[in-house]
Amino acid sequence: MTVEVAKHRELGLTDSEFELIVEKLGREPNDVELAMFSLLWSEHCAYKHSRKLLRRLPTEGERVVMGPGENAGAVDIGNGYAIAFKVESHNHPSAVEPFQGAATGVGGILRDVFALGARPIAILDSLRFGELDSVRSRHLLDGAVRGIGHYGNSIGVATVGGEIYFEAPYEHNCLVNAMCVGIAKQDDMVRAAAAGVGNAVVLMGATTGRDGIGGASVLASAELGDGDEAKRPTVQIGDPFEESKVLECCLELLEKGLLVSLQDLGAAGLTSSAGEMASAGGVGIDLDLARVPLREADMEPFEIMVSESQERMLGVVEPANVAEVLAVCEKWQTGSAEIGVVTDSGQVRVLHGEEVVGEMPVEALVDGCPLYDLSPAEPEGWIYGNRATLDPGASSGETLLALLASPSLASKRWAFEQYDSVVGSRTVRRPEAADAAVLQIPEAGNAIAVSIDGNGRRVACDPYAGTIEAVLECAQNLACVGAEPLGLTNCLNFGNPEKPMPAWQLDRSVSGLADACDALGVPVVGGNVSLYNEGPEGPIYPTPVVGMVGELPDARQACGSAFARAGDTIALLGPFSPSLAGSELAKLRGELDTGLPQPDVDAVAGACAAVRDAVRAGRLSSAHDISDGGLACALAESAIASGIGCRVDLQPLRERGCSPEDALFGEGAGGFLLSGDREALESLGATPIGNVGGTTVELAAGDRSFTVGVGTAESAWLSLRQRAEAVA
Amino acid sequence: MRWGVLQFPGSCDERDALQACSLLGEARLVWHEERDLVGIDAVVVPGGFSYGDYLRAGAIARFSPAMEAVAEFAEAGGPVLGICNGFQVLCEAGLLRGALLLNESTRFTCRQLELTAVDATSVELSTPEGAKVDNRLLSIPAKHGEGRFWAPDGVLDALEENGQVAYRYAPGQNPNGSARDIAGVRNEAGNVVGLMPHPEHAVDPLTGSTDGLKVFEAVAAAGVPA
Repeated sequence: MTVEVAKHRELGLTDSEFELIVEKLGREPNDVELAMFSLLWSEHCAYKHSRKLLRRLPTEGERVVMGPGENAGAVDIGNGYAIAFKVESHNHPSAVEPFQGAATGVGGILRDVFALGARPIAILDSLRFGELDSVRSRHLLDGAVRGIGHYGNSIGVATVGGEIYFEAPYEHNCLVNAMCVGIAKQDDMVRAAAAGVGNAVVLMGATTGRDGIGGASVLASAELGDGDEAKRPTVQIGDPFEESKVLECCLELLEKGLLVSLQDLGAAGLTSSAGEMASAGGVGIDLDLARVPLREADMEPFEIMVSESQERMLGVVEPANVAEVLAVCEKWQTGSAEIGVVTDSGQVRVLHGEEVVGEMPVEALVDGCPLYDLSPAEPEGWIYGNRATLDPGASSGETLLALLASPSLASKRWAFEQYDSVVGSRTVRRPEAADAAVLQIPEAGNAIAVSIDGNGRRVACDPYAGTIEAVLECAQNLACVGAEPLGLTNCLNFGNPEKPMPAWQLDRSVSGLADACDALGVPVVGGNVSLYNEGPEGPIYPTPVVGMVGELPDARQACGSAFARAGDTIALLGPFSPSLAGSELAKLRGELDTGLPQPDVDAVAGACAAVRDAVRAGRLSSAHDISDGGLACALAESAIASGIGCRVDLQPLRERGCSPEDALFGEGAGGFLLSGDREALESLGATPIGNVGGTTVELAAGDRSFTVGVGTAESAWLSLRQRAEAVA
Repeated sequence: MRWGVLQFPGSCDERDALQACSLLGEARLVWHEERDLVGIDAVVVPGGFSYGDYLRAGAIARFSPAMEAVAEFAEAGGPVLGICNGFQVLCEAGLLRGALLLNESTRFTCRQLELTAVDATSVELSTPEGAKVDNRLLSIPAKHGEGRFWAPDGVLDALEENGQVAYRYAPGQNPNGSARDIAGVRNEAGNVVGLMPHPEHAVDPLTGSTDGLKVFEAVAAAGVPA
């Protein structure tokens, strides 16, 4: 008994969870069963610490085609087409082995999208690392960026956007979140639920090997710490060529109507995909492991069941269609094997030839894991530390340059130039051209805009307000290109939920996410939770990453963020009352503390609608949301992107009660920086603050007035390349 | 004009190339196992990672049945355009001279850049009506990790003397360290052209530029239809 207890603990199960399994089975589980339970009852698969909270999120809307519970969410884009999308984390694998961790993160999210029958058309990435002056951070950054490029470029899906932040709390536990967007003919889409007793279960794609064993439980559902090096074998190895073949194969099978349902093999491999398919369909499944094509002949049954070998899909096929399915797989030179059958037993039965090596009720395996309440407790004050890096005597001009050169704000051109952003012939607004990526959808006669956002530092200051800001920033980015939000996906990256402080952050953050989505009327159609993101120094910044998809009728009207014409008026719109709380400048000065102003969500929603309508009507020259680094940085970015300067007086913000520094560098939701004809801007209710023109950024802000050359600002803003590639 | 666009497992840009070709005529995909190019007037070997390109880029694709057919097609004077991976395949197949090495930066690079089209006697670039600007400067995206054109100096000299340099990166815009800023070359007969940048991604004003069409038109004009 003592040996057995040690084993389940080693696999991440608590004693009481083990006792519950024994009770549900009416006996002790054997090794195969214990391995399967430990994975499906892990946080990663069972959401046992987060599922109760996630019930707060609004998931319904007129345009929702598929919601949470499927491989990805999907929204109606018109003319019989749907846009499928989802964001998912691959944090711990990337912290252990960044190239393969990030690459397989991309591979996994692509499979989630094409499992619905959608062709992937875009990838976005949200990355977090420690400060760039750390050798480890540069190693992780370089590996993750190369890994994302390796997979996305090779498979021919455009990487159109993303964000990278550098903050000390991510030093040990970096974050790699990947989002995929796909397009599907609604008639060709399938769900993940297994159906039809007697139907065949077909495993397609790569062979099954010993890689990634225990990924979901050992890596994803525990804190990082000493001995991470030993976890490298739990990281999977990606093969984008295999995925490319299995992708084309699956889309052809769906187009021909040959699949009843389809599911990807991700975390927990065959165990979770077979279990979840059976659970969703209310059926049982028999699997014969002797029929699974293996990389190594001597693999144990439990290894086959929990292997996380990549590039595999599980399909349910009517018996009459099996031969044709296998023939299509053959055409695409990808593997296929009929490995099981759908039953009415309500059991997942694992056979090896004639021998039954495991038999468990689907309900116990998939839905039987206990859900836990959290014990949240608000920390007293700021717990993440402060490190001042800006000379206290810096002038306003020097401060602007320091902000523009700060790695989190600086241009990410170095990274996104390593990604193919044009394959697929859809990309109308490439990275840095506009606040959101814009892709044309000729099938539906319109276009979509996509954005991914989340500022963990601000969420750390106030998890509720900070999470609302992340949603609002996405909505504002979409408004700048004239898009209306259709749906949202999220990845909740937090620390250990069994500890009171991360539990409190998670609880408050989910409430903020729910309230913001309710107020904007944007449904949450899918997402992912990544907990236990902690290193020896403690938890990461709580980091909800929000991905949003919107629709715009005419891609030609999508505004860029660059100024367009000298002589244009510059104006502010929206309920923008900036403060230095939680700002990039507060970070550089080492003055971070808890607390953020509470955003007025309804007022921001109104401003978004006004900007969206004006962009669609072609009445603006440029539109840019005011985000990290405040108005001064937003102005500098629009100037750098166009090569044209500006002259601006911040008096209108001072009249709202802002100090000169708040007006220049303060942050907060709701601000739009617009340029265009003065008349058009005034009719929108925007407040003119200056003009486009010249070769300098000239800002009047009382005693903090200054002028900086556009070229000087650009040099600071483009400094990331050199720093990212620094060797020592 | 009937275009055939090769499709290998691992091709990425074949649909984009098909779309571009269909702006200029009829177009269809040619599966890598097909040997029959009957009815096709011009061939495009598209970009991507044929067969995964885990060996040397293009090293496996050159042995495909479709490439055997393309070699015969080219020998007979048929126009062939290799783009990016297609250029690598044509070099591996010996239809073009030179080799494409790892970018100097060691990184994949995706960037909109300008190319100078270099005339040869057998190639005339079409002149858009009323064009006031130098229509020989083309704005086209490049995106690759192994695109550094290399050949021994003697071969480079010969290529230049024979008018076989088809495209050069505009001054200061060489993204990969290619010898003599060479972005694309043609064979001696002029009917086989390969380049690293992607003209099929420059055929729609909405996605950036329409200059890529000139590259397709030039190739179509260069060959003797079979």
